[in-house]
Amino acid sequence: MNKAVLYILVAFVVTYAIRVLPLTLLRKPIKSRFIRSFLYYVPYVTLAVMTFPAVLETTENIWSGLAAFVIGLIVAYISGNLFIVALSSCAAVVVVELVLKYIL
Amino acid sequence: MNKKLTFLNGAKIGIPIGLGYFAVAFSLGISAKNAGLTALQAGFASLLLNASAGEYALFTLIASGAGYLEVAIMELVANARYLLMSCALSQKLSPKTKLPQRLLIGVAVTDEMFGASIARPEKVSHWYYFGMMAVAVPCWSLGTVLGVAVGSILPPLAVAALSVSLYGMFMAIIVPEAKRNLIIMGVIAISFILSFLTTVIPFIKNIPNGTMIIILTVAISTVAALLFPVKVEEDECNE
Repeated sequence: MNKAVLYILVAFVVTYAIRVLPLTLLRKPIKSRFIRSFLYYVPYVTLAVMTFPAVLETTENIWSGLAAFVIGLIVAYISGNLFIVALSSCAAVVVVELVLKYIL
Repeated sequence: MNKKLTFLNGAKIGIPIGLGYFAVAFSLGISAKNAGLTALQAGFASLLLNASAGEYALFTLIASGAGYLEVAIMELVANARYLLMSCALSQKLSPKTKLPQRLLIGVAVTDEMFGASIARPEKVSHWYYFGMMAVAVPCWSLGTVLGVAVGSILPPLAVAALSVSLYGMFMAIIVPEAKRNLIIMGVIAISFILSFLTTVIPFIKNIPNGTMIIILTVAISTVAALLFPVKVEEDECNE
Protein backbone atom coordinates (compact mmCIF):
# COMPACT_ATOMS: atom_id res chain seq x y z
CA MET A 1 0.00 0.00 0.00
CA ASN A 2 1.01 3.58 -0.63
CA LYS A 3 2.93 5.05 2.30
CA ALA A 4 0.92 8.28 2.46
CA VAL A 5 -2.35 6.30 2.59
CA LEU A 6 -0.98 4.23 5.47
CA TYR A 7 -0.13 7.43 7.37
CA ILE A 8 -3.66 8.71 6.75
CA LEU A 9 -5.20 5.44 7.97
CA VAL A 10 -3.14 5.51 11.18
CA ALA A 11 -4.32 9.09 11.79
CA PHE A 12 -7.92 8.07 11.01
CA VAL A 13 -7.97 5.13 13.45
CA VAL A 14 -6.74 7.32 16.34
CA THR A 15 -8.97 10.29 15.49
CA TYR A 16 -12.08 8.17 14.95
CA ALA A 17 -11.54 6.27 18.21
CA ILE A 18 -11.32 9.56 20.14
CA ARG A 19 -14.61 10.76 18.67
CA VAL A 20 -16.67 7.62 18.51
CA LEU A 21 -15.88 5.97 21.87
CA PRO A 22 -17.65 8.64 23.95
CA LEU A 23 -20.59 8.52 21.50
CA THR A 24 -20.96 4.76 21.84
CA LEU A 25 -19.22 2.81 24.61
CA LEU A 26 -17.81 5.26 27.16
CA ARG A 27 -21.00 7.07 27.96
CA LYS A 28 -20.23 7.48 31.65
CA PRO A 29 -18.66 10.69 32.99
CA ILE A 30 -14.90 10.97 33.42
CA LYS A 31 -14.43 10.92 37.20
CA SER A 32 -10.89 12.19 37.64
CA ARG A 33 -10.78 15.93 38.12
CA PHE A 34 -7.18 16.01 36.91
CA ILE A 35 -7.95 14.22 33.62
CA ARG A 36 -10.96 16.44 33.00
CA SER A 37 -8.87 19.56 33.65
CA PHE A 38 -6.03 18.25 31.50
CA LEU A 39 -8.41 17.55 28.59
CA TYR A 40 -9.96 20.97 29.03
CA TYR A 41 -6.61 22.75 28.61
CA VAL A 42 -5.14 20.57 25.84
CA PRO A 43 -6.93 22.14 22.84
CA TYR A 44 -6.01 25.70 23.77
CA VAL A 45 -2.36 24.81 24.36
CA THR A 46 -1.95 22.68 21.27
CA LEU A 47 -3.63 25.14 18.90
CA ALA A 48 -1.62 28.03 20.39
CA VAL A 49 1.64 26.09 20.04
CA MET A 50 0.80 25.17 16.45
CA THR A 51 -0.06 28.75 15.55
CA PHE A 52 2.94 30.63 16.90
CA PRO A 53 5.63 31.03 15.67
CA ALA A 54 4.67 28.77 12.70
CA VAL A 55 2.45 31.52 11.25
CA LEU A 56 5.55 33.73 10.88
CA GLU A 57 7.22 31.14 8.65
CA THR A 58 4.24 30.59 6.35
CA THR A 59 4.65 33.78 4.37
CA GLU A 60 7.64 35.01 2.39
CA ASN A 61 8.08 37.92 4.73
CA ILE A 62 8.04 37.65 8.52
CA TRP A 63 6.15 40.96 8.84
CA SER A 64 3.16 39.81 6.84
CA GLY A 65 3.01 36.66 8.97
CA LEU A 66 3.14 38.79 12.09
CA ALA A 67 0.36 40.99 10.72
CA ALA A 68 -1.80 37.91 10.05
CA PHE A 69 -1.18 36.79 13.64
CA VAL A 70 -1.97 40.12 15.31
CA ILE A 71 -4.98 40.91 13.12
CA GLY A 72 -6.25 37.34 13.60
CA LEU A 73 -6.05 37.68 17.39
CA ILE A 74 -7.82 41.04 17.38
CA VAL A 75 -10.60 39.99 15.01
CA ALA A 76 -11.08 36.69 16.86
CA TYR A 77 -11.42 38.68 20.09
CA ILE A 78 -14.08 40.92 18.55
CA SER A 79 -16.02 38.48 16.36
CA GLY A 80 -14.98 34.86 16.90
CA ASN A 81 -16.49 33.87 13.54
CA LEU A 82 -14.22 31.38 11.78
CA PHE A 83 -14.75 32.71 8.26
CA ILE A 84 -14.28 36.38 9.23
CA VAL A 85 -11.13 35.67 11.26
CA ALA A 86 -9.57 33.56 8.49
CA LEU A 87 -10.41 36.18 5.87
CA SER A 88 -8.99 39.03 7.99
CA SER A 89 -5.70 37.18 8.42
CA CYS A 90 -5.48 36.59 4.67
CA ALA A 91 -6.23 40.26 3.98
CA ALA A 92 -3.53 41.35 6.44
CA VAL A 93 -0.95 39.30 4.51
CA VAL A 94 -1.98 40.79 1.15
CA VAL A 95 -1.87 44.35 2.46
CA VAL A 96 1.50 44.03 4.20
CA GLU A 97 3.14 42.16 1.29
CA LEU A 98 1.91 44.75 -1.21
CA VAL A 99 3.01 47.68 0.96
CA LEU A 100 6.47 46.17 1.45
CA LYS A 101 6.83 45.45 -2.26
CA TYR A 102 5.52 48.59 -3.88
CA ILE A 103 5.47 51.39 -1.33
CA LEU A 104 8.41 50.96 1.04
CA MET B 1 -40.75 17.34 13.03
CA ASN B 2 -40.27 15.14 9.99
CA LYS B 3 -36.90 13.79 8.92
CA LYS B 4 -36.60 15.76 5.70
CA LEU B 5 -37.26 19.11 7.32
CA THR B 6 -34.83 18.39 10.17
CA PHE B 7 -32.19 17.36 7.65
CA LEU B 8 -32.72 20.56 5.67
CA ASN B 9 -32.51 22.68 8.83
CA GLY B 10 -29.16 21.06 9.57
CA ALA B 11 -28.00 21.63 6.00
CA LYS B 12 -28.89 25.33 6.31
CA ILE B 13 -26.62 25.66 9.35
CA GLY B 14 -24.00 23.70 7.42
CA ILE B 15 -23.71 26.39 4.73
CA PRO B 16 -21.83 29.09 6.73
CA ILE B 17 -19.76 26.35 8.38
CA GLY B 18 -18.91 24.88 4.99
CA LEU B 19 -17.91 28.28 3.64
CA GLY B 20 -15.33 28.71 6.38
CA TYR B 21 -14.17 25.13 5.94
CA PHE B 22 -13.63 25.64 2.24
CA ALA B 23 -11.24 28.57 2.76
CA VAL B 24 -9.32 26.83 5.53
CA ALA B 25 -9.18 23.46 3.74
CA PHE B 26 -7.72 25.18 0.71
CA SER B 27 -4.73 26.29 2.78
CA LEU B 28 -4.54 22.81 4.27
CA GLY B 29 -4.31 21.49 0.70
CA ILE B 30 -1.29 23.70 0.10
CA SER B 31 0.51 22.17 3.08
CA ALA B 32 -0.54 18.67 1.92
CA LYS B 33 1.04 19.41 -1.44
CA ASN B 34 4.23 20.56 0.28
CA ALA B 35 4.27 17.22 2.11
CA GLY B 36 4.19 15.46 -1.27
CA LEU B 37 0.59 14.25 -1.19
CA THR B 38 -1.55 14.02 -4.32
CA ALA B 39 -4.90 15.81 -4.53
CA LEU B 40 -6.71 12.49 -4.18
CA GLN B 41 -4.74 11.47 -1.06
CA ALA B 42 -5.30 14.87 0.55
CA GLY B 43 -9.02 14.74 -0.23
CA PHE B 44 -9.17 11.22 1.23
CA ALA B 45 -7.43 12.49 4.40
CA SER B 46 -9.95 15.33 4.75
CA LEU B 47 -12.93 13.04 4.16
CA LEU B 48 -11.79 10.64 6.90
CA LEU B 49 -10.27 13.05 9.42
CA ASN B 50 -12.32 16.29 9.32
CA ALA B 51 -9.80 17.88 11.66
CA SER B 52 -7.85 21.05 10.92
CA ALA B 53 -5.12 20.71 13.53
CA GLY B 54 -4.99 16.93 13.18
CA GLU B 55 -4.52 17.09 9.41
CA TYR B 56 -2.06 19.94 9.58
CA ALA B 57 -0.01 17.95 12.09
CA LEU B 58 -0.28 14.84 9.91
CA PHE B 59 1.01 16.64 6.82
CA THR B 60 3.84 18.24 8.81
CA LEU B 61 4.88 14.83 10.13
CA ILE B 62 4.69 13.18 6.69
CA ALA B 63 6.87 15.99 5.32
CA SER B 64 9.47 15.43 8.03
CA GLY B 65 9.47 11.65 7.49
CA ALA B 66 8.19 10.79 10.98
CA GLY B 67 7.24 7.26 12.08
CA TYR B 68 3.72 5.86 12.40
CA LEU B 69 3.85 5.85 16.20
CA GLU B 70 4.70 9.54 16.21
CA VAL B 71 1.72 10.17 13.93
CA ALA B 72 -0.55 8.22 16.27
CA ILE B 73 0.62 10.14 19.37
CA MET B 74 0.39 13.44 17.54
CA GLU B 75 -3.21 12.74 16.47
CA LEU B 76 -4.06 11.80 20.03
CA VAL B 77 -2.80 15.18 21.25
CA ALA B 78 -4.08 17.34 18.38
CA ASN B 79 -7.55 15.77 18.57
CA ALA B 80 -7.87 15.21 22.32
CA ARG B 81 -10.42 17.99 22.49
CA TYR B 82 -12.87 15.88 20.48
CA LEU B 83 -13.01 13.44 23.38
CA LEU B 84 -14.65 16.10 25.54
CA MET B 85 -16.87 17.30 22.70
CA SER B 86 -18.07 13.78 21.92
CA CYS B 87 -18.87 13.26 25.60
CA ALA B 88 -21.05 16.35 25.58
CA LEU B 89 -22.55 15.61 22.16
CA SER B 90 -23.45 12.09 23.27
CA GLN B 91 -25.74 13.62 25.90
CA LYS B 92 -27.09 16.21 23.47
CA LEU B 93 -28.14 13.70 20.80
CA SER B 94 -31.67 12.40 20.98
CA PRO B 95 -31.73 9.27 23.18
CA LYS B 96 -33.33 7.44 20.24
CA THR B 97 -30.12 7.77 18.19
CA LYS B 98 -29.02 4.26 17.22
CA LEU B 99 -25.52 2.80 17.02
CA PRO B 100 -25.00 3.02 13.22
CA GLN B 101 -26.11 6.65 13.35
CA ARG B 102 -23.69 7.39 16.20
CA LEU B 103 -20.90 5.67 14.25
CA LEU B 104 -21.53 7.98 11.29
CA ILE B 105 -21.70 11.14 13.42
CA GLY B 106 -18.38 10.10 14.96
CA VAL B 107 -16.62 10.70 11.64
CA ALA B 108 -17.30 14.42 11.82
CA VAL B 109 -17.36 15.70 15.38
CA THR B 110 -15.74 19.08 14.67
CA ASP B 111 -15.46 22.31 16.68
CA GLU B 112 -18.05 24.08 14.53
CA MET B 113 -20.63 21.32 14.14
CA PHE B 114 -20.30 20.49 17.83
CA GLY B 115 -20.83 24.19 18.63
CA ALA B 116 -23.90 24.40 16.38
CA SER B 117 -25.42 21.30 18.03
CA ILE B 118 -24.79 22.44 21.59
CA ALA B 119 -26.23 25.86 20.81
CA ARG B 120 -29.65 24.31 20.13
CA PRO B 121 -32.11 24.41 23.01
CA GLU B 122 -33.59 20.95 22.39
CA LYS B 123 -32.05 17.50 21.88
CA VAL B 124 -30.39 17.11 18.49
CA SER B 125 -31.73 14.57 15.99
CA HIS B 126 -29.21 12.62 13.96
CA TRP B 127 -30.98 13.91 10.84
CA TYR B 128 -30.01 17.44 11.85
CA TYR B 129 -26.39 16.41 12.30
CA PHE B 130 -26.42 14.52 8.98
CA GLY B 131 -27.75 17.68 7.33
CA MET B 132 -24.80 19.72 8.60
CA MET B 133 -22.38 16.98 7.58
CA ALA B 134 -23.88 16.75 4.09
CA VAL B 135 -22.83 20.34 3.40
CA ALA B 136 -19.76 20.87 5.57
CA VAL B 137 -17.85 17.62 4.91
CA PRO B 138 -17.84 17.94 1.07
CA CYS B 139 -16.76 21.60 1.41
CA TRP B 140 -13.87 20.52 3.60
CA SER B 141 -12.73 17.72 1.26
CA LEU B 142 -13.25 19.70 -1.93
CA GLY B 143 -11.32 22.66 -0.48
CA THR B 144 -8.39 20.37 0.33
CA VAL B 145 -8.42 18.81 -3.15
CA LEU B 146 -8.47 22.23 -4.79
CA GLY B 147 -5.72 23.48 -2.49
CA VAL B 148 -3.43 20.73 -3.77
CA ALA B 149 -4.50 21.07 -7.39
CA VAL B 150 -4.69 24.84 -7.79
CA GLY B 151 -2.22 25.88 -5.09
CA SER B 152 0.69 25.69 -7.52
CA ILE B 153 -1.02 27.74 -10.23
CA LEU B 154 -1.92 30.66 -7.98
CA PRO B 155 0.50 33.60 -7.66
CA PRO B 156 2.79 33.38 -4.57
CA LEU B 157 0.99 36.28 -2.89
CA ALA B 158 -2.36 34.49 -3.04
CA VAL B 159 -0.80 31.27 -1.73
CA ALA B 160 0.85 33.15 1.15
CA ALA B 161 -2.44 34.86 2.03
CA LEU B 162 -4.47 31.65 1.89
CA SER B 163 -1.87 29.73 3.87
CA VAL B 164 -2.53 31.79 6.98
CA SER B 165 -6.28 31.09 6.96
CA LEU B 166 -5.60 27.84 8.83
CA TYR B 167 -4.03 29.82 11.66
CA GLY B 168 -7.02 32.16 11.51
CA MET B 169 -9.21 29.14 12.22
CA PHE B 170 -7.07 28.11 15.18
CA MET B 171 -7.29 31.63 16.61
CA ALA B 172 -11.05 31.72 16.05
CA ILE B 173 -11.29 28.59 18.23
CA ILE B 174 -9.03 29.62 21.13
CA VAL B 175 -9.49 33.40 21.47
CA PRO B 176 -13.24 33.55 22.29
CA GLU B 177 -12.67 31.26 25.29
CA ALA B 178 -9.70 33.39 26.39
CA LYS B 179 -12.04 36.37 26.39
CA ARG B 180 -14.32 34.63 28.91
CA ASN B 181 -11.62 32.96 30.97
CA LEU B 182 -8.46 34.75 32.10
CA ILE B 183 -6.72 31.48 33.01
CA ILE B 184 -7.12 30.32 29.41
CA MET B 185 -5.75 33.66 28.25
CA GLY B 186 -2.68 33.16 30.44
CA VAL B 187 -2.27 29.56 29.29
CA ILE B 188 -2.42 30.64 25.64
CA ALA B 189 0.09 33.47 26.20
CA ILE B 190 2.53 31.11 27.93
CA SER B 191 2.05 28.59 25.10
CA PHE B 192 2.94 31.25 22.51
CA ILE B 193 6.04 32.29 24.47
CA LEU B 194 7.35 28.79 25.18
CA SER B 195 6.63 27.67 21.63
CA PHE B 196 8.62 30.63 20.33
CA LEU B 197 11.51 29.96 22.73
CA THR B 198 11.80 26.35 21.61
CA THR B 199 12.52 27.58 18.08
CA VAL B 200 15.41 29.84 19.12
CA ILE B 201 17.17 28.09 22.03
CA PRO B 202 20.20 26.10 20.80
CA PHE B 203 19.85 22.27 20.78
CA ILE B 204 16.15 22.47 21.68
CA LYS B 205 15.44 24.11 18.33
CA ASN B 206 16.78 20.98 16.58
CA ILE B 207 13.96 18.83 18.01
CA PRO B 208 11.44 18.11 15.22
CA ASN B 209 8.43 20.41 15.18
CA GLY B 210 5.82 17.67 15.65
CA THR B 211 7.61 16.20 18.67
CA MET B 212 7.93 19.65 20.24
CA ILE B 213 4.17 20.27 19.85
CA ILE B 214 3.47 17.05 21.76
CA ILE B 215 5.98 17.83 24.52
CA LEU B 216 4.75 21.40 25.01
CA THR B 217 1.07 20.43 24.96
CA VAL B 218 1.43 17.67 27.54
CA ALA B 219 3.74 19.74 29.78
CA ILE B 220 1.75 23.00 29.76
CA SER B 221 -1.66 21.27 30.07
CA THR B 222 -0.42 19.15 32.98
CA VAL B 223 0.86 22.20 34.87
CA ALA B 224 -2.35 24.13 34.14
CA ALA B 225 -4.51 21.19 35.27
CA LEU B 226 -2.54 20.91 38.52
CA LEU B 227 -2.56 24.63 39.27
CA PHE B 228 -6.06 25.46 38.03
CA PRO B 229 -8.28 22.36 38.07
CA VAL B 230 -11.65 23.02 36.43
CA LYS B 231 -14.78 23.11 38.54
CA VAL B 232 -17.02 20.09 38.76
CA GLU B 233 -20.03 21.76 37.14
CA GLU B 234 -18.06 22.06 33.92
CA ASP B 235 -18.18 18.30 33.68
CA GLU B 236 -19.38 17.80 30.14
CA CYS B 237 -19.92 14.08 30.46
CA ASN B 238 -22.58 14.40 33.16
CA GLU B 239 -26.24 14.58 32.36
